[in-house]
Amino acid sequence: MEILTAIKRVPETGAKVSLTEDKLDIDTTSLGFTFSPHEECAVEEGVQLVEEHGGNATVLTLGPEDATEQLRSSIAMGADDGMLLDGGDDEWGPAATATAIAEAVEESDTEFDLLLFGNESADAANHQVGVRVAEELGLPCVTGIKDLEVDGGIATAKREIPGGSEVYEVDLPAVITVKEGLNEPRYPSMRAKMQARKASVEQSEPDPREDDLELVELEVPETDDSPAEIIGESPEAAEEVVDVLEELEVV
Amino acid sequence: MVLTLVEHDEDGLDDVSLQALTLARDVAEQAGEPLEAIAFGAGAADVAGEAGDHGVETLHVVGDALDEYAPEAYGRAVVQCAEEVGTEAVLAPGTDRGAETLAHAASKLDVTMAAEVTDVEVGDSYELTRQRWGGTLIEHSRLTAETNLLTVAANEVSVTAPGGDAAAVEAFAPDLADGDLRVQLTAVEESDVEGVPLGEARVVVSGGRGTDGDFSELEDLVERVPNAALGSSRAAVNEGWRPHDDQIGQTGAKIAPEIYIPAGISGAVQHMVGCKGAENILAINTDPEAAIIQKADWAVVADLHEVVPAIAEELDARGHSE
Repeated sequence: MEILTAIKRVPETGAKVSLTEDKLDIDTTSLGFTFSPHEECAVEEGVQLVEEHGGNATVLTLGPEDATEQLRSSIAMGADDGMLLDGGDDEWGPAATATAIAEAVEESDTEFDLLLFGNESADAANHQVGVRVAEELGLPCVTGIKDLEVDGGIATAKREIPGGSEVYEVDLPAVITVKEGLNEPRYPSMRAKMQARKASVEQSEPDPREDDLELVELEVPETDDSPAEIIGESPEAAEEVVDVLEELEVV
Repeated sequence: MVLTLVEHDEDGLDDVSLQALTLARDVAEQAGEPLEAIAFGAGAADVAGEAGDHGVETLHVVGDALDEYAPEAYGRAVVQCAEEVGTEAVLAPGTDRGAETLAHAASKLDVTMAAEVTDVEVGDSYELTRQRWGGTLIEHSRLTAETNLLTVAANEVSVTAPGGDAAAVEAFAPDLADGDLRVQLTAVEESDVEGVPLGEARVVVSGGRGTDGDFSELEDLVERVPNAALGSSRAAVNEGWRPHDDQIGQTGAKIAPEIYIPAGISGAVQHMVGCKGAENILAINTDPEAAIIQKADWAVVADLHEVVPAIAEELDARGHSE
């Protein structure tokens, strides 16, 4: 199987987010970078499917040149190849991102059986890149998947709903977007990380098409940081707790 | 005209659809346009009364022809309905189905969809407020598409209903293309996990690293409370103490209970975005400086392994246990 997993480099935000002066971005001066839990599962799934069925797991990202770091992290997790679509430092909109990825897939010498995405990016959360890539390539698409099996050219994908899950069956090739919980991503060994540093990454420079959504300004929401009313500092507080539950009429 | 995709079950329109309708009505009033809605599947026409109560004048019903959910076909139907009635905006609930259907529609219309929207100012363009990072960051942006497609962030809009006559029901038959039904709901499996789903519980009790892996006391407490569910932090899931389905947070379950009781959870931003729908928070933590104490309404600063059994006993003593 030939599998392509798309990931996005995002800052590792801590307890408090601060913005750049122009309010158009997060101030990342003192932050590290990563990719989202959904996408970690997507990378892991690609690697596991190749371990089971043979083939190649390729990881792609559209972002700044520094996003090579996230490709190498994926290679350390067991991915075979990395593809960087060098989009420069500015954030790309979802339509531009999807078109560039779809074109890269079409131009690739590899015919991919499965394209994996996170259900939504950790930062922008536009909820559409995977679907748009599928539409542009004329492929079927299932989103928000937490269980995936591939057998004989058919993917059986499950999406969690309250009290159960929905089951979808699609013929490959297909696009599937996943959520955390799909699997348990592995921690790469130090040796794998060292080897990944030397892995070569294929690079190209797509041109962005226009998006209809223009960022005006970011804002850190005001939060109510007034401390809680301390109703006890020992097990005796159980009485006060049950008073609260009675007051709210939930017991 | 402003069109809203709505989802329904045997109890009528779902909560996030009502939230979407509330924001859509605001958009329609600002634009001086009528509010219409589109619903799919068997029983769709039955929500005409409720839709009318929420300001919908016309309900377009795609009935039996498309009974089983099929995202691309739904997206196609939304596009065709929007084009036929001439709409300036389409709103959808920020659910898995809402987002996926509208993303298909956006791609077919070749416009960008704005997701997780909480507020719209209608002018020459749409000035939007939307959520990033699960709501830890607010984005102000401008949408200038020929047709503006928006999903409404779940549990952010307070539902209001102006009252009104039942919406006029109009059947809509989409002209589907080959392949639109390639992806269609094949089956629904019931979870073997018993009890109340996290997202629907009135009381949620959850544990984090502070449990040291022992959730038995929390389980005992949950068993004593009606409509209660047990959750966990991402840290507890990563330790292998709980299944991922129990995880509350940005990449896990989003809860909206009457009261949330996190025990031994520090309160990282990514956790808090999963429980921001909670009406009240009562934290149990040994650390008075923990972030969760800042976010909670009430706190017990003590060891959860002592406090939680004491709460269970107190419930028993007062005759509350189920």
